[in-house]
Amino acid sequence: MSTNLAPPVSDPQNLPPTGDEAAVVLPDIGRDAEAIYVAPNWKLVWWRFKKHRLALVSGIVVIFIATIALLPEFYSTLPPHESDSIRSFIPPQRLRFFAGDGTFLYVQDVKGQRNQKTLMMEWVPDEEKIIPVKLFARGFEYNLLGLIPTDIHLLGVENPDSGQKFHLLGTDRLGRDQWSRLMFGTRVSLSIGLIAVMLSIFLGILLGGISGYFGGTTDLIIQRLIELLQSLPPIPIWMALTASLPRDWSVEQTYFAITIILSLLGWTTLGREVRGRFLSLREEDFVVAAELIGCGKPRVIFRHMVPTFYSHIIAASTLAIPVMIINETFLSFLGLGMRPPAISWGVLLQEAQNLQSIALAPWLLLPGLAVIITVLALNILGDGIRDAADPYS
Amino acid sequence: MNNQQPLLSVRNLKTYFSLDEGQVKAVDGVSFDVNPGQVVGIVGESGCGKSVTIKSILRIIQKPGKIVDGQILFRHNGDSMLDLTQLNAQSEQMRQIRGAEIALIPQEPMAAFSPVHTIGNQIEEAILLHQPVSKQQARKIAIERLREVGVPSPERRIDSYSWELSGGLRQRAMIAMALSCNPKLLIADEPTTAIDVTTQAQVLNLLRDLQAQHDAAIIFITHDLGVIAQIADFVVVMYLGRVMETGPVDDIFHNPQHPYTKALLKSIPTVTSESGSRLPTIEGAIPHPFNRPAGCPFYPRCIEMMPGTCNTSTPSLQPVTDTQSASCFLYHKQTDDE
Amino acid sequence: MAQYIIKRLLLLPFLLFIFSIIAFILIQAPPGDFVTSYIAELAASGSAVDQAQIDALREQYGLDQPMTVQYFKWMGNILQGDLGVSLDWKKPNNELIRERFALTLALGVFTFLITWSIAIPIGIYSATHQYSFLDYFFTVFNYFGVATPTFMTALVVMYLAFKYFGISVTGLFSPEYVDAPWSWDKFVDLLSHLWLPALILALDGTARLARVMRANLLDELKKPYMEMARAKGMSEWRLVMKYPVRLAFNPLVSTIGWYLPLLFSGSLIVATVLNLPTIGPLLLRALIVQDMFLAGAIILIYMFLAVIGTMISDILLAWLDPRIRMEGS
Repeated sequence: MSTNLAPPVSDPQNLPPTGDEAAVVLPDIGRDAEAIYVAPNWKLVWWRFKKHRLALVSGIVVIFIATIALLPEFYSTLPPHESDSIRSFIPPQRLRFFAGDGTFLYVQDVKGQRNQKTLMMEWVPDEEKIIPVKLFARGFEYNLLGLIPTDIHLLGVENPDSGQKFHLLGTDRLGRDQWSRLMFGTRVSLSIGLIAVMLSIFLGILLGGISGYFGGTTDLIIQRLIELLQSLPPIPIWMALTASLPRDWSVEQTYFAITIILSLLGWTTLGREVRGRFLSLREEDFVVAAELIGCGKPRVIFRHMVPTFYSHIIAASTLAIPVMIINETFLSFLGLGMRPPAISWGVLLQEAQNLQSIALAPWLLLPGLAVIITVLALNILGDGIRDAADPYS
Repeated sequence: MNNQQPLLSVRNLKTYFSLDEGQVKAVDGVSFDVNPGQVVGIVGESGCGKSVTIKSILRIIQKPGKIVDGQILFRHNGDSMLDLTQLNAQSEQMRQIRGAEIALIPQEPMAAFSPVHTIGNQIEEAILLHQPVSKQQARKIAIERLREVGVPSPERRIDSYSWELSGGLRQRAMIAMALSCNPKLLIADEPTTAIDVTTQAQVLNLLRDLQAQHDAAIIFITHDLGVIAQIADFVVVMYLGRVMETGPVDDIFHNPQHPYTKALLKSIPTVTSESGSRLPTIEGAIPHPFNRPAGCPFYPRCIEMMPGTCNTSTPSLQPVTDTQSASCFLYHKQTDDE
Repeated sequence: MAQYIIKRLLLLPFLLFIFSIIAFILIQAPPGDFVTSYIAELAASGSAVDQAQIDALREQYGLDQPMTVQYFKWMGNILQGDLGVSLDWKKPNNELIRERFALTLALGVFTFLITWSIAIPIGIYSATHQYSFLDYFFTVFNYFGVATPTFMTALVVMYLAFKYFGISVTGLFSPEYVDAPWSWDKFVDLLSHLWLPALILALDGTARLARVMRANLLDELKKPYMEMARAKGMSEWRLVMKYPVRLAFNPLVSTIGWYLPLLFSGSLIVATVLNLPTIGPLLLRALIVQDMFLAGAIILIYMFLAVIGTMISDILLAWLDPRIRMEGS
């Protein structure tokens, strides 16, 4: 006869890894234990996420970048398409504080000299002259969020009528202001990443869910499709598809075509994940239990299954956005993605494609830094969300 | 038998885990002896520290765990008593004791075998680590051991992977590995929990037979009182990292002293109990490891608790009958507090 | 095992058949056929357009016939080893691709070796020394490695090499060897140029792989077989190398399936920046000028490499993991 001393409560290590109530084993237990037992899942996720300092900082960086994508006009100093062939390749003018005459914020003016040998304009800092800069200055007119007409910019010259200009990140070949172009590029690059991921999620959840829930032949067909798409080399396929977009398409048409092309191959990873989740969840005790007590199919799916992995999907999509951003950047960089007059990070980097341009104007590489910072922040944020949402995997 | 010098003597062992959130006293002053050829059963609920105790003996406690106090005296090479806590866990000497003189039979043979190495490979490895034999000889010994533990056609099975074997065979293979170097002490960590009941009995019988043949001592860990009754000579009852009661198996089952042991025994269903009656359970729950009560760890659930005594100081383990010892103020006033 | 491999190999022609259809659709996707763009090009350069010549071209490629016929004509030629003619280069595609293909393979394989030989030690170290200073350092390195597009690395390296050493790091050969026939000296010259682009390409993969290795190994280090091996008296280093590292290798090997193809096609961007004579820049140019048969041939090659990569990883995985091997037979 074997007789088990069933422990009244299982010890913390043996708690099941899934289910909304399962994730209660927080280290700061003790007196707060009661609060933890009754907290909803999203609150638990948030508590865990808060502990991940770096992810929290990354989240703030991401929010800041998102405001640039929403309000590029506000952050820019000059119209992004305004060119001035005389003022080409001006090096970045650093923002400085406290000039001798008491000006709080200013930049050093530049003066051009024509190189006698190459006959090129060369710009050097003009030690004599400063350009006073102020916050919330008046500049070119625009519609905030496309709705509110205004001419207020984060930074601008103190006296708009003086005709003074300054370039925080220098100018390009055509004398366009790199800073302002970077702000506008942020909108395009970030939103392409976001929309492409949203499309991928939609496709992934739809097909992955169908596959995982119905099983059988449907599952088999979708599985084979995913395998096929995943064994295709994505880069040449994207290139061929974007290259076949008609040249005379408008910026908007190209924009949407590119998001669709990117998500066409991008949904498979998510689809696979969703299917796997559905399959393993179907076997979970709490799902079986829900079915046994007579919950209907929709209730089982939406009340019991989906809540266990929507945080996971948020994490997966946060991690997918940077991949899409890099893809758009390299396509545009190669001249196959967004095309001028559109501005994206890739289009900006196209100006720095060869050694001659970089040697002449290394600051043209700076949009690359924007790519790195954004991708870095999104990756760390995504890892943080994933760890918080899924502490057991 | 009890007049002999013990093979292993654990004295006041304390193994703590330092976590960010505080210290977990997984083993907090455990003492017991194992005599040669004796089967000592350690019984207790999950989380009572029995696994940590045996890992401490084997010196395979991983960070952040640490033996902070106490002695583990092991009769090494004949007569000298060696204190294992004084050895470096990674030292040559300790590694020669592990596997060769003290061997482990783990809880889940499925997980304890590597799935990508054959069982033969893993048994031979244990032999080659401790015996000066060639690879071919090691393989021969391994086949012999497999035959001894009742694995059919061992010449063929030796090249199987653990997941190709049934649960019972897997545990037999594990036992073969543990026996491969003729250890003086076998430590069996709930070896029957992962297998079904009929196979359990076979494995227990096998262990008893082998123990008699090899004249090895066994420390048998389980939460199953039925298994203890079948196999053990001597019983150690643990609760929250402390020993509650020790004694020969018959005395523990027929004349329990400590209220915890009594409560445990009451919660066993018997054939004579009336059908439909409620099975008595122990009131309350095991406290959270970070939230241990002061005083006797069992007092919050104890029906014989004496306020002002049990919740202020910790009773030490003292002899209470000719054969049994208990940590309980019902029998003595000795405390363990410094 | 043999059965498993045969099964996988039988799948190969089927996959390639489907891929060839996809490739064909891709090169048919641009509006108008390539002869139209050829005429436009001729017209733009001021040459006279000869109707007879155009008709001959159309007939040669079966452009006046239905799609399926065109496809089988194309595939038939490819199966006979004829990749067609480049209208842009006015040369047979075989000739254009041959040497560049070998260099693409060399670059990919070289990069792959660098990646594995750096990433695995880093992964093992980080997992066995979790939360140590070097572990944090490698974690930061990995984040940056993943976040930096390879072409950015290439551009920055190119700029730094020019600014501080005054050298140009483009190309795979010194000028005197570019058109020289193959010789030992040319091979040595190739190796002396190959390591830098390979290192640049390896950065991203190393970062990813080291992360995968670290995570896998951390999982394995918690498994009960570790405890068992310790209880046997094995030394810590030996048991880590024999069990968890060996087990952590399996998921790593399955990354070959996507990493190898990504390397071959991913090298395309770096090759464009550094002006390397691989098939990547050739594809880019072919796509831009709509030299579609050349583009189609190169895309097909990339697909072929991708399938081979997946196949290698599947077979290696079956060889490493008896559980998969048994399942297959």
